[in-house]
Amino acid sequence: MPRLKSSAELEKLRQKILSKRDPDRPTIAICSGTGCHAYGSEKVNAALEKELKKQAPKGEVDIRRTGCHGFCEKGTLVVVYPDEICYVNVKPEDAAEVVRSAIDHKIIDRLLYVDPTTGKKVTHQSDIPFYKHQNQLIFGNNRQIDPKSIDDYISLGGYSALSKALFQMSPEEVMEEVKRAGLRGRGGGGFPTGRKWQTTRDAAGEPKYVIVNCDEGDPGAYMDRSITEGNPHCVIEGLAIGAYAIGSHEGFIYVRQEYPLAVDNLIIAIEQAEEHGLLGENILGSGFDFKVKLHRGAGAFVSGESSALMTAIEGKVGEPRPKYIHTSEKGVWDRPSCLNNVETWANVPLIISGGAMSYASIGTEGSKGTKIFSLVGKVNNTGLVEVPMGVTLRDIVYKIGGGIPGGKKFKAVQTGGPSGGCIPEQFLDSRVDFDELARLGSMMGSGGMIVMDEGTCMVDTARYFLEFLADESCGKCTPCREGIKQMLDILTDICAGRGIEADIELLEELSEVLRDTSLCALGGTAPNPVLTTLQYFRDEYEAHIKEKRCPAYVCKDLVAYYIDPAKCKACMICLRNCPADAISGGKDTIHVVDQGKCTKCGNCLDTCPARFNAVVKISGEPVPPPLADDERVLVRGKE
Amino acid sequence: MDQKRLRQIVDRYADQEGALIQLLLDIQKEFNWVPKEAVQQISETLDIPLSHIYRIASFYKSVSLRPRGKHIVNVCLGTACQVRDGPRVMDRIRDVLGVDAGETTPDMKFTLERVNCLGCCALGPVMVVDGEYHGKVMPAKAEEILKSYD
Repeated sequence: MPRLKSSAELEKLRQKILSKRDPDRPTIAICSGTGCHAYGSEKVNAALEKELKKQAPKGEVDIRRTGCHGFCEKGTLVVVYPDEICYVNVKPEDAAEVVRSAIDHKIIDRLLYVDPTTGKKVTHQSDIPFYKHQNQLIFGNNRQIDPKSIDDYISLGGYSALSKALFQMSPEEVMEEVKRAGLRGRGGGGFPTGRKWQTTRDAAGEPKYVIVNCDEGDPGAYMDRSITEGNPHCVIEGLAIGAYAIGSHEGFIYVRQEYPLAVDNLIIAIEQAEEHGLLGENILGSGFDFKVKLHRGAGAFVSGESSALMTAIEGKVGEPRPKYIHTSEKGVWDRPSCLNNVETWANVPLIISGGAMSYASIGTEGSKGTKIFSLVGKVNNTGLVEVPMGVTLRDIVYKIGGGIPGGKKFKAVQTGGPSGGCIPEQFLDSRVDFDELARLGSMMGSGGMIVMDEGTCMVDTARYFLEFLADESCGKCTPCREGIKQMLDILTDICAGRGIEADIELLEELSEVLRDTSLCALGGTAPNPVLTTLQYFRDEYEAHIKEKRCPAYVCKDLVAYYIDPAKCKACMICLRNCPADAISGGKDTIHVVDQGKCTKCGNCLDTCPARFNAVVKISGEPVPPPLADDERVLVRGKE
Repeated sequence: MDQKRLRQIVDRYADQEGALIQLLLDIQKEFNWVPKEAVQQISETLDIPLSHIYRIASFYKSVSLRPRGKHIVNVCLGTACQVRDGPRVMDRIRDVLGVDAGETTPDMKFTLERVNCLGCCALGPVMVVDGEYHGKVMPAKAEEILKSYD
């Protein structure tokens, strides 16, 4: 492939790619995102390819391995174009039928998605409620392209925004456009992107660096993974446009090494872009030079913080620096450096090609565009959802997410990762954007949205986050290193039934110290999960402390498993499955849990047949004494 | 350990600024841990003090200074897995293997690791064995999965 030397050559290539493609030719798009991968999409793909050789040897049907489609709950997902027929839970043994139906333009009824509310089958992907209520400006392309093919990306107009920026706009104009669009950083704080760029541009010192943060460490969030795995070129294009606006000629993409597919696909994408003259020297003949290097992160949550990430790029320990030195002015090797996260960069081509006005028409007053959330936890339709800013939490959880499984009651949505908070039911109608979430005591963060139901203990959740943060704190500053540990000890005590009433006050006091005195945001925001749960679920803390009761039946030390003698049918199933040998009984002897031996693993509850339903979990009340031996003999009637 | 292979990896980064982390990751990938000989080799070739290398190697989770088992078991305890019974899966695996997170079984077969988010939250609880993802794992299934590796 000779390097493209002008804007016209890029357009010519695009036309050439399109002319070779017949829009009416059946194409089977198979999701190869991490979720579907875990369901075995690899095997489905192999089976499909084998069938294609058999049934369509002359290439009558195309196959495309795409990135994540978002609806991870229903993997492996297969979409057959041009009719956009969506099959869910596809298995390798379905391959022959899928290929046949693609050739014949038929529909396989049994593989269609069934809408659980109406019981009706849905044929087209865009009609599935999970997708219907989304607006997938960024993420939608994932379904259209093979991430390893630059041709696929170019065919959709890829790199035309870069070309527009380089040939029709000055760097200042690009900067202004991004500012007017109102783009705010998708990585956590929501800082205005244009302003960040401007500071780096204006800062003294050369060279300047631009950086993609794909260290996505927030537990419960994986949209950056799916963008880089599924559409790496859009991130590279955004980065190159930003570099042009800022006056940078060198960029870094920092990816956590836990994302091997993202690393691979980015390496391929960078190589392809270089070959095509879309990266490197004299991009598209414009005179603008820009090269990109990939850096693998070695597993440290704190290294996702901007200053820490930059020290990691230098090959040092990825610990944060004090914030009075702005990384925009002194970042990597003390040079001006502009860091944005994956999703932020992915928004840039959209702004440049469609214009700021069109971009800003989506969203709310203070938050423009769309946001990708990872909707996970106790919700029916888990996956990645992209919605305009300002959609209500209720719409996300119920319309898109399909509500809570098992008829359980909604309790809270956790947003913002360990720096965020838990939002209770009374705020379900809040419109989700940067400012509204902050007002509720949480934050946008990178977009994790973990749904919790009545079976989630909020004290344990707070404890969990502090355990996470204690593990990830780098230990450089004392408030974070020691403060988190003390708070964790207190919460662990409360969960274990050792809490005292003064603990709540002490937690609040420590929270204040951490917030005011920590070096970086990890420590500064660490109290958030505690403070929001205290604010909205204080009664749960009090139940743990005063009644030694866990209302959600989660905290091990406060629950007990008990077999109801009136219901036990002495079937021996729980007894056999108890790893602690804590259940006594026999074929005709009602079973009893020895509370002294019980490790509270919950196996008995899991395995007790639903028709007996004899195992009960109790909390805050004494375990009823076991029956006397002679009363334990089960007299079987005619059943 | 293969001295030649080690030298090849280290030499690849000989003149690069800031390459230490990438180099350690490569060694980790090749040998499954970072042995003392490797640290010494890096120190000599790249002229970096041993203390500095150990500081980096002990800071990052992906680098192990102890030999690891044949199979690496990662159990995810990110928030999404946490609310979906991830801790119970971890408990069961701990019981079955008889080791805590961060430890290796005496027969060097399994190393158990706790991960703070593997980034496939929709499938929680998730465990990964040797890079292979297993989603929606319940305690009993976790035990079965472990048995399938020998």
